[in-house]
Amino acid sequence: MLEIKNLHANINGKEIIKGLSLTVNAGEIHAIMGPNGAGKSTLSSVLTGNPAFTVTEGQVTFNGKNLLELTPEDRSREGIFLSFQYPVEIPGVSMVNFMRTAVNEHRKYKNLDPISATDFLRLMREKKELVEMDNKLANRSVNEGFSGGEKKRNEIFQMAMLNPLLSILDETDSGLDIDALRIVANGVNKLKSPDNASIVITHYQRLLDYIIPDFVHVLYDGRIVKSGGKELAYELEERGYDWIKKEVEEAAI
Amino acid sequence: MSTDILDQVTQGDYKYGFTTDIETDIIPIGLSEEVVRLISAKKNEPEWMLEFRLKAYRHWLTMEMPTWAHLTVPNIDYQSIAYYAAPRKNAPKSLDEVDPELLKTFEKLGIPLQERMALSGIAVDAVMDSVSVKTTFKESLSELGIIFCSFSEAVEHHPDLVQKYMSSVVPYTDNFFATLNCAVFSDGSFVYIPKGVRCPMELSTYFRINAMNTGQFERTLIVADEDSYVSYLEGCTAPMRDENQLHAAIVEIVAMKNAEVKYSTVQNWYPGDKEGKGGIYNFVTKRGICKGDNSKISWTQVETGSAITWKYPSCILLGDNSSAEFYSVAVTNHHQQADTGTKMLHIGKNTSSHILSKGISAGKSQNSYRGLVKVNPAAENARNFSQCDSLLLGDKCGAHTFPYMEVNNDTAIVEHEATTSKINEDQIFYCNQRGISTEDAVGLIVNGYAKEVLNKLPMEFAVEAQKLLQITLEGSVG
Repeated sequence: MLEIKNLHANINGKEIIKGLSLTVNAGEIHAIMGPNGAGKSTLSSVLTGNPAFTVTEGQVTFNGKNLLELTPEDRSREGIFLSFQYPVEIPGVSMVNFMRTAVNEHRKYKNLDPISATDFLRLMREKKELVEMDNKLANRSVNEGFSGGEKKRNEIFQMAMLNPLLSILDETDSGLDIDALRIVANGVNKLKSPDNASIVITHYQRLLDYIIPDFVHVLYDGRIVKSGGKELAYELEERGYDWIKKEVEEAAI
Repeated sequence: MSTDILDQVTQGDYKYGFTTDIETDIIPIGLSEEVVRLISAKKNEPEWMLEFRLKAYRHWLTMEMPTWAHLTVPNIDYQSIAYYAAPRKNAPKSLDEVDPELLKTFEKLGIPLQERMALSGIAVDAVMDSVSVKTTFKESLSELGIIFCSFSEAVEHHPDLVQKYMSSVVPYTDNFFATLNCAVFSDGSFVYIPKGVRCPMELSTYFRINAMNTGQFERTLIVADEDSYVSYLEGCTAPMRDENQLHAAIVEIVAMKNAEVKYSTVQNWYPGDKEGKGGIYNFVTKRGICKGDNSKISWTQVETGSAITWKYPSCILLGDNSSAEFYSVAVTNHHQQADTGTKMLHIGKNTSSHILSKGISAGKSQNSYRGLVKVNPAAENARNFSQCDSLLLGDKCGAHTFPYMEVNNDTAIVEHEATTSKINEDQIFYCNQRGISTEDAVGLIVNGYAKEVLNKLPMEFAVEAQKLLQITLEGSVG
């Protein structure tokens, strides 16, 4: 589904991603862990086409298409979804209006007619339950006045609405209490299917108790320096990242 | 709702910019006492009206164009403008007599003059260049005693009402542009709602400048007698032309005891092209008076057009317990300039006013809010709340706020809040990531920002206004 080869990217001339390669197949959940500043969030920004970042080298293909040539909105319409670490507020724009615009843009891309009002409201209702959002959601402005937990649940709600092929969860666990974490993780697990895949970016192993990854990768200094199964996450939790840093430095010598 | 609108909007150009090929009766350019007399004669006006015009004209000669606004106004040559133009076939008695080209024009603008407007519950008065073309529903309204007609007809058939109220809110000496209007005004709408009548439908006037090198000088007078209610809408468009055209209108509203008048306008005069060539100079004086106790006037305006806008719909709160509202969205793009706001003059006791202004600047435009809240010494317990927000798109435009307050009574509570914000790239990227293009994202964000004001508009206008905001700002980000 997603193939990243030797990716290099920078922001304002400062290189953050320095030759990253990763392959994600349908049905898989990949966890990307690593210390602060390793480039985890940059990776999610680059994959979704955030204009603040510049790709200088490497290829990314998504379902056979050159992802780097697509606009951010077309990447979304192709099925890439990012659950933002810090979801922005858009005052005055109701969730129902926002989501309906998004859903219809996705449908237009697939040459489908706009969704009817009834079908849309039914869809909203159904997906809302998945993340236990309250009924007033539809009329609230996008993320405005939402608590930290509500914002993250709202991200998963939008993910459910857009039904992406590849979801990237960027530090979705940050700022969540244990109940909210469980609700968010439940939502993600229910959306899992053999046809879709997820990249879960996290600093802590905690989230991975709820979302069980097939692969765990350690991102350090802009590269994936170690990959393994879910047990790698436990090892990282126990031993921290220093031993990885040491390994990398020793290998460099 | 916005989604459908966004879908419909695919082109960013001014879509009302066509001209109508129609025989026009136009007088030679230039302004003189003779021209004033000629206009009056063309309209078969009574002597008192001619006297009024001449009085205004003579006064105008002593005045100078105001320069205090935050606007760069090129020199306007008042002798190079034609002050009267009319579709040749004058005063049609029925729809069949109206020039078919003219009807097509209004169809194109989405203003069917046919009686099927009944379905949407709006009565329309359409004014092209200097003449009112057709007023619908006059008969059914007159059964309730409501008068809704062109200003010229009012002069002819209701001279007592016109003489009583015309110029009672905006005196002929008021300001340079208002005085000019008093001298040369062409036509406009007249509304009278009798005592105790709630007007059952929205009354609407549509203004259209068509002829070249003409100015449009219409005046509107709305009188709501005791215990009455009316909601009035005004729309306007003009063809795309390279020269600038002058529009100097007057609107006067009188609300008697317990009366309520809601006045909404979507101003979409041609704004000029992307380089700032052409466009309408819009110098308008709008003022209402809450004359009786418990009366209420609200102004709602969506300003997207015109190269230059100079406009301050105001209220004189004379009656005790009277209240006034001013809701405004003003958008400027490319080289447009707007200096707009309101004046609230508190005179009666327990009066209240509410100002909500949302400015949006893009391109190289300049957008200013200018407002005055004045509380007279006798205005016990006056209340005012003003909120002025500015939204900037890009870094070459300007937003300015000039709030003035004169409070002469200790019991008054006057509050003012102002914010300035920019559409930030994070918001746009967030929308992009959900599959929404940048252009649509700007539309969503701007409509969200202006929602509180748009919600005050009657339904039909709200939809139109949302579309307009989107179109006006197309190509302004990126």
